[in-house]
Amino acid sequence: MASTLGTAQAPPVAPVTRGETGRARGRRGGSYPYWFYLPAAVIFTVFFLIPTIASFYFSFTRWDLFTSTWIGLDNYKTFFEEQALVIGLRNTLIYATMTAGLKVVIGLLLAVLLTSKIIARGYLRSVIFFPVLVSTIGVGLTFTALMNPELGLINKALAVIGITGPDWLVDPQLAIFSIALVDVWAGVGLATVIFIAGIVSIPSDYYEAAQVDGASRFYSFLHITLPLARPAVATVVTLALIGGLRSFDLIWAMTGGGPGFASDTIGSVIYKQYQAGFYGLSTAGSVVLFLLVSAIIVPLTWWLNRHEVD
Amino acid sequence: MRFNKSGPGRAAFVALATASTLFAAGCSAGSLGSSEEGGGGGQAGAVTITFLHGSTDTDVASAKAIIEAFQAANPNITVKDDSRPGGSDGDNLVKTRLATGEMAEVFNYNNGSLLQAIKPEQNLVPMDDQPWASTLDKTFVDSTKAADGKLYGGPWGTVQGGGVLYHIPTYQKLGLEIPQTWDEFMKNNEEIRKAGIDPVIQSYGETWTSQLFVLGDYHNVEAQVPDFAAQYTAGKMKYANTPAALEGFKHIQAVLEAGYFNKNYRSAELNDGIKMVADGKGVHYPQLGGVTANIENVAPGKSNDVGFFPLPGNDPATFGMTVWPGNGLYIPKTVEGDKLDAAKKFVEFMTTQQGCDAYAKGTPPTGPFLTTNCKLPADVSQAAKDTQSYIESGKASPALEFKSPIKGPALEQICIQVGTGQVSAEKGAALYDEDVKKQAQQLGLPGWE
Repeated sequence: MASTLGTAQAPPVAPVTRGETGRARGRRGGSYPYWFYLPAAVIFTVFFLIPTIASFYFSFTRWDLFTSTWIGLDNYKTFFEEQALVIGLRNTLIYATMTAGLKVVIGLLLAVLLTSKIIARGYLRSVIFFPVLVSTIGVGLTFTALMNPELGLINKALAVIGITGPDWLVDPQLAIFSIALVDVWAGVGLATVIFIAGIVSIPSDYYEAAQVDGASRFYSFLHITLPLARPAVATVVTLALIGGLRSFDLIWAMTGGGPGFASDTIGSVIYKQYQAGFYGLSTAGSVVLFLLVSAIIVPLTWWLNRHEVD
Repeated sequence: MRFNKSGPGRAAFVALATASTLFAAGCSAGSLGSSEEGGGGGQAGAVTITFLHGSTDTDVASAKAIIEAFQAANPNITVKDDSRPGGSDGDNLVKTRLATGEMAEVFNYNNGSLLQAIKPEQNLVPMDDQPWASTLDKTFVDSTKAADGKLYGGPWGTVQGGGVLYHIPTYQKLGLEIPQTWDEFMKNNEEIRKAGIDPVIQSYGETWTSQLFVLGDYHNVEAQVPDFAAQYTAGKMKYANTPAALEGFKHIQAVLEAGYFNKNYRSAELNDGIKMVADGKGVHYPQLGGVTANIENVAPGKSNDVGFFPLPGNDPATFGMTVWPGNGLYIPKTVEGDKLDAAKKFVEFMTTQQGCDAYAKGTPPTGPFLTTNCKLPADVSQAAKDTQSYIESGKASPALEFKSPIKGPALEQICIQVGTGQVSAEKGAALYDEDVKKQAQQLGLPGWE
């Protein structure tokens, strides 16, 4: 009982309030003079629009940064014949769904825990968020050392309690899952913060009413917290999925796509083509990645937002 | 439509690239300060150039010793020291810096096929007119030329072999002989395993180290198919359909299936491997002879416990070593005036005994120097002596990457795929042929469209 009340009375989180007023202000003052848009338009055109169009052009050429020869769709053909791409495509989807799923589930559970009345709540919230602030490369190198099958701390610790640890990053079957777990560890803090903001913005009246009707805490969670935190779920799913689909830095720091090509994702396949100096080919790969992310995220956002209106 | 008259889009893109280059240049010019202003060249002639080199312990130590000796001999020239990563990260950095005009005045880099991939005709200063050009080793010259037949680099380092490092005390203890054929090699491995020692070391934690079974086998390929390099460059012969070339991939699979690899072969790194073979924890380590220069750093006092023999093939009569004729020292075309003169002096310095001695101070030589001006010091390592004996007796040929401009970038990953049992040797060779095709097309070679 007390804890339900505690949840309801938790101090309102600042970003939510700020977001509301910001939106309201934007709507009210709709018209700015046109010159006001100019700086943003110039920056957008020079740094985003032109490179995007140029990249579409170069993806149809054999390009060595000095000269380019038009070769039509050959780059796309080569890219799709790339053996690493088949593995990469599969890994990208596994990685994106696995990290997004775990971040939603674990993030939501942590958020419920961290909005309840527990000791050292502020401290625990910072602890959960801390890995988000650490550089991905730093996280990758640290876990590569920890996950070393012979010398790493994880397997040594497991050995103490009599378990033979798996070969984490050097087992071709396991590598991509090991990296995904590290990604969840490093990124779940952000999901938790978004969920906390979503949960504390639920008006306490609902919980009080449910309590009067004799609802259990689990029932309140299932029928009040979960549906009303839907916007937060939508945000987390979208962000985590985009992050997972374009995942590259952590994988590159931990395995470089290896052993062999076992943990390659589309991102690392593209980077390898770039490294090898196949600039046209890697540009074509980027276009493919752009289309793939759009094809997944656009319908998903539409679907999630449609439900939000209901 | 818009793409057809791509003029404006591309122009703007180039403008953007130039703008960011200028921005970067602006930053570095500030830190260089006044030394930059002597560019016109009238007065005292104090010049500053930068030397970009590899970042291994031995490369860094050599660069330091050379710069010190060079500055003492040329008080007007200051050389700044800069290093870059090795492997594909290094290739990427070199290509990008050349493309953006940001390259250091002098840099060292591979010759052979990797040199072709940075387009020497377009990007580098030719050096055939230099007085030292005639003193160079012929294999080095052949592999430092571009398609236009001009020489584009000075010598850096020594010749090194690609073969098998082995632990001499274990060979003596078990009474083993240097294997002349692959079957003898596998028999030795069996003996070593019976003695409870890991027969073959691999270090897939550092991916490039996986390639030696294939690259180091080239002497045997050429012994059986003398025109392989030409046919392969023309796209007529492939690894997958040439039995002699396929052997290298098959050897990896054979060693894996016999269970001869060290237990941690999937995560060990180069220095772990060197330490294992120097300490006798493992006995055979297929590797470039050049890595023995680092034995003193990881296992002090063990340099003479490690010997070197070629990767054996099928015929004892053609037993011999595949060699890598050193690396090159290059000057990008963007360098002009006083800086160009200073850079040329620096390259020339490396063709003198003084320069070679300074190099040897940081990197113990692993084979003969590349110019007749330089003599080896008296106390070279066992591996260097072994390499030299194969070269002197004529039982050596340059690796494929010095005879053909194409080397696929993914060979290291493909060798690991075979070595971890993910694909068979035949599949690995076929995958590598696909990889090579991309490189050949990028270079615009005939016969690959």
